[in-house]
Amino acid sequence: MDSRPEIARAAAEAAARQSYGKLVAWLAARTRDVAAAEDALADAFAAALERWPRTGVPEKPEAWLLAVARRRRVDAVRRRLTSEAGRDHLKLIAEEAEARMTDEDLPDERLRLMFACAHPAIEPGVRAPLILQTVLGFDAATIASAFLLSPATMGQRLVRAKSRIRETGIPFRVPERGELGERLDAVLEAIYAAFAEGWSDPAGTETRRRNLATEGIWLGRLVASLLPDEPEALGLLSLMLFAEARRAARRDAAGDYVPLAEQDHALWDHALVDEAEACLRGAATKGVIGRYQLEAAVQSVHVARRLTGRTDWMAIRELYDALFSIAGSPVVAINRAVAIAETEGAVAGLAALYVLGDDKRLDDYQPYWAARAGLLARLGQGPWAVEAYDRAIGLERDPAVRRFLQARRTALIQ
Amino acid sequence: MRYMLLINNDEAVLANTPPEKAQQMSAAYGAYTEALKKSGAWLAGERLRPTQATTSVRIADGKTNVIDGPYADTKEQLAGFYMIEAADIDTAIDWAARCPAASTGTVELRPIWEMADYMPKT
Repeated sequence: MDSRPEIARAAAEAAARQSYGKLVAWLAARTRDVAAAEDALADAFAAALERWPRTGVPEKPEAWLLAVARRRRVDAVRRRLTSEAGRDHLKLIAEEAEARMTDEDLPDERLRLMFACAHPAIEPGVRAPLILQTVLGFDAATIASAFLLSPATMGQRLVRAKSRIRETGIPFRVPERGELGERLDAVLEAIYAAFAEGWSDPAGTETRRRNLATEGIWLGRLVASLLPDEPEALGLLSLMLFAEARRAARRDAAGDYVPLAEQDHALWDHALVDEAEACLRGAATKGVIGRYQLEAAVQSVHVARRLTGRTDWMAIRELYDALFSIAGSPVVAINRAVAIAETEGAVAGLAALYVLGDDKRLDDYQPYWAARAGLLARLGQGPWAVEAYDRAIGLERDPAVRRFLQARRTALIQ
Repeated sequence: MRYMLLINNDEAVLANTPPEKAQQMSAAYGAYTEALKKSGAWLAGERLRPTQATTSVRIADGKTNVIDGPYADTKEQLAGFYMIEAADIDTAIDWAARCPAASTGTVELRPIWEMADYMPKT
């Protein structure tokens, strides 16, 4: 099948989202009214999504959107379609934006918009959806399906968050050095959350979710390019690229789950791996370590297997030790226990897992039970391993992983 | 934008504060108020008497009910307020964090609903 029309359509859509996001950010940064900025551009954006794939991307995409938005304004006022605030924004477009657009590009305020969306005064769970909607123009229904929520619920949360930006007086500003680290974390976390939602559909059969991983990477590139001196922005981009590079190897031809250690590295996307390595090296030159760089470094050790034929578990163990000391979480602790098992044996690994046993959050956390089952099985503790596999199987939502765990369990009782 | 800083403290703890510590606290509030005024952020601010002096009023079925005590029993009680002018919530948060009450209780930030925001435009 010829995929060229598909690629052209994707490129046109990306260009439309890029210009739309820039305009929303530029307008909203002046008024703090994100909803009205979206409202003012909605018709023009829809027209671009429909037209550009057929006609090609215009030479000045933002100017095209503005011109259409202005033209539609006349109709809208006549038909009383846009809100009052939306009309104010259209007026702003007419007066200020076009004057600017004649000879220079619109300043890129998308980073400021992202900092507003990921502000501490915005509920953490809605930050990633808010960024996807305002910066990339996704509608609430698409975002809702990716985050497994009803469109109505997602729509309400987005509307509420946008009102909050306006009414609470959340600034559109890249924070100053002193507080940048903490605030940037929130932005990176939101981007990673978007990516992770897409990543959780490993087969890539749900197009909406696969796109979300792509958009996460896109946002990661944007932030890294706008804040080139921030090592963690590069670290996150590197981490996402490493993960994305392995997508094709995560399932075999029959659609069954393949654990990382058993993946065929010929299926990894080597261009993406190279780019991920370059980002990580770039981050390292800044001399400030952080959570995302460490996680990317773990990925880097894993993919080094394509060159060395073996996995350096000692290096992974050390990276998880460092990660545990700066960002200890049950997830990190479990991965660290697995690395300990690989370097010091299953007993030590299991001991590291048992230390976590009191944490109530682990009761319904699948990776904990899967790791525990694997180590118990290695120690010949059949009945205990089976019990742990049962817990893991009952907690898994991906059918391919469930089948994988069931196969391991079956092997134990035969 | 105008913001209200609503100061909520546990009155019982406050009532049992030894005199020298209470004086220290009072001086801290004085310095804070002065800093607000010097920076031009201060619009208003008062301390409220404890809830034992509170009277709540409500009309039901045409009858005026006067209740001795606060509207709701809470762990912390409204103890005072500042009204300030701040460019945005970040600046307001900075001021709230400097308020001595942020270390002893909670400072709640509420934007003033400006008349211009809800009156129909002409």
